[in-house]
Amino acid sequence: MVAALSPPRILPNGDAAITVEFSRTIDEEANRRVLALDKLVASAGLTAVTETVPTYRSLLVHYDPLQIGFDALGDKLTELALQPLPEAKAARRWRIPVAYGGENGIDLEDVAKALNITPDEVVARHVGGDYKVAMIGFTPGWSYLSGLPSSMQMSRRQNPRLLTPPGTISIGGIQTGVQCLAGPSGWHLLGRTAVRTYQLGRDPTFLLEPGDAITFAAVDEKTFAEQDRAAEAGEFVAELIAS
Amino acid sequence: MSKLIVTSVSPGTSVQDVGRFGAQRYGLVPSGAVDRLAMAAANALLGNTLFAATIELGPLNSVFTAKGGAVRISLTGATRPADIAGTPVAVNTSVTLADGESLNLGVARAGTFGYLAIEGGIRGEPMFGSLAVNARAGLGSPYPRPLQAGDELLVATASSANEKRIDLPAPVEGPIRVVLGPQDDEFGDAKDLFLNSDWKISATSDRMGYRLEGPVIKHLHGHNIVSDGTVNGSIQVPGNGQPIVLMPDRGTSGGYPKIATVISTDLGRFGQTQPGRAFRFKAITMAEAQAEYRAFAELLQSLPGRVHDSNILMLDIKALLSANVAGVAVSATDDNTWQARLPANAHD
Repeated sequence: MVAALSPPRILPNGDAAITVEFSRTIDEEANRRVLALDKLVASAGLTAVTETVPTYRSLLVHYDPLQIGFDALGDKLTELALQPLPEAKAARRWRIPVAYGGENGIDLEDVAKALNITPDEVVARHVGGDYKVAMIGFTPGWSYLSGLPSSMQMSRRQNPRLLTPPGTISIGGIQTGVQCLAGPSGWHLLGRTAVRTYQLGRDPTFLLEPGDAITFAAVDEKTFAEQDRAAEAGEFVAELIAS
Repeated sequence: MSKLIVTSVSPGTSVQDVGRFGAQRYGLVPSGAVDRLAMAAANALLGNTLFAATIELGPLNSVFTAKGGAVRISLTGATRPADIAGTPVAVNTSVTLADGESLNLGVARAGTFGYLAIEGGIRGEPMFGSLAVNARAGLGSPYPRPLQAGDELLVATASSANEKRIDLPAPVEGPIRVVLGPQDDEFGDAKDLFLNSDWKISATSDRMGYRLEGPVIKHLHGHNIVSDGTVNGSIQVPGNGQPIVLMPDRGTSGGYPKIATVISTDLGRFGQTQPGRAFRFKAITMAEAQAEYRAFAELLQSLPGRVHDSNILMLDIKALLSANVAGVAVSATDDNTWQARLPANAHD
């Protein structure tokens, strides 16, 4: 049974970008439509489109207003968004090693207390999740993942930290994330990975793509230190377990 | 080859060009000059390609010194006193620094960012097609950070071209124009309050975002939305109701509702608005905004045709004006107090 797709909202985002909004909330179906439209736009040969930015619920389409106007591009994007979704095919899947707790994950104990479980159980639940890169944004390589088990969902910190370490693995609300660069964050820090989702001079510079599937694996601090050196030298460290 | 030495430098000074595009989907923001018209004008003065890398100058004092040969430069953007060994240098002109000479830049009087272009451009390793500094991402060349005293830029030795001036259209006055959305429906009557109030830019603003001070803009449904994509000029409203206008070093996505977006044409003018100075916003239609976009693109392309040889009369008037506002005693009857020196290579 195929239900008719509802048209997205075509929203102005200044005079050189359109937001194609499928949902106002985090919604797996909306994210699937975002990623499908992203692929369609890339293959549709729209020369006026300069770049696209997929997010959880919308696709931001940057365009050149000298080549096409808002209404004409909005109509074209609506038409593409209403095309039947392709069969969901298996995404490539990465295994990302994480050193949980201790200095690497300073909020693990507090998260365990808040959830009324042991720190080991927090790690077991996080490792047990099946995740997808819903979007990459904010700073280079910051990958927002959907699929956090509902038993781990909790609101963000009251006081965001101004500086959190590179490679931080954290949870916030119904999401979990892989952060690449040091930076501010209001999420709960569970651990760190040696994986660089963004690394200059490496091919590819950006490791993850929106739509990629992710599995986490716990490693000890010694392994983390070894992997960190390898990653610094340009190795992926993340393992491609399905492609 | 010559060098341009950063002898001393204002905070907020960095190499910027038109920015790097194509990787916003990975969280990498384009960066690039705040005032593209001024940046392009600086390049046009020297015959560079319009979007070659320039030095975006912060608002305080800076000194740049030529070393190993003469260096031809141009200055545009914020109005400020400038001189070479006491001889005034006017904004919107080119000038040549002889080996060992320094360009002294004073505090910006009108505007925030100046642009210093160098004949032949700045040498560096482009990353994603751009030399623009994005300090957070470790990008930018020759230095992946704002400039510091002691930095050296490799540059071409000056040609013997005539010095130039550029005639720019009179600055646009009036409110900063916006297109409403994408989340203007998250605001009720607050939309009118936003459009009908005076705003000031906070002193805590930077190339990531300009914080605005004014009435509290209330949301209809709270200040958390699910993150979506941002653009230069996005006006997001966080929980405290004080809008933030996102600038070229913004995050590529954000989780606050965006009430409106500054039109591309007005981004540079907005970016040059000095902290504490009152201004307003005005909503225009998409059709009007895109007509402005086309007109702005035509203005940029017209810049090379607006460049003329500096003539002596022009220099004198500019020197007089510059000397006057800089507070130097000037006598209208004694031209020794305001006479600009002749360019070293003046043929006319």
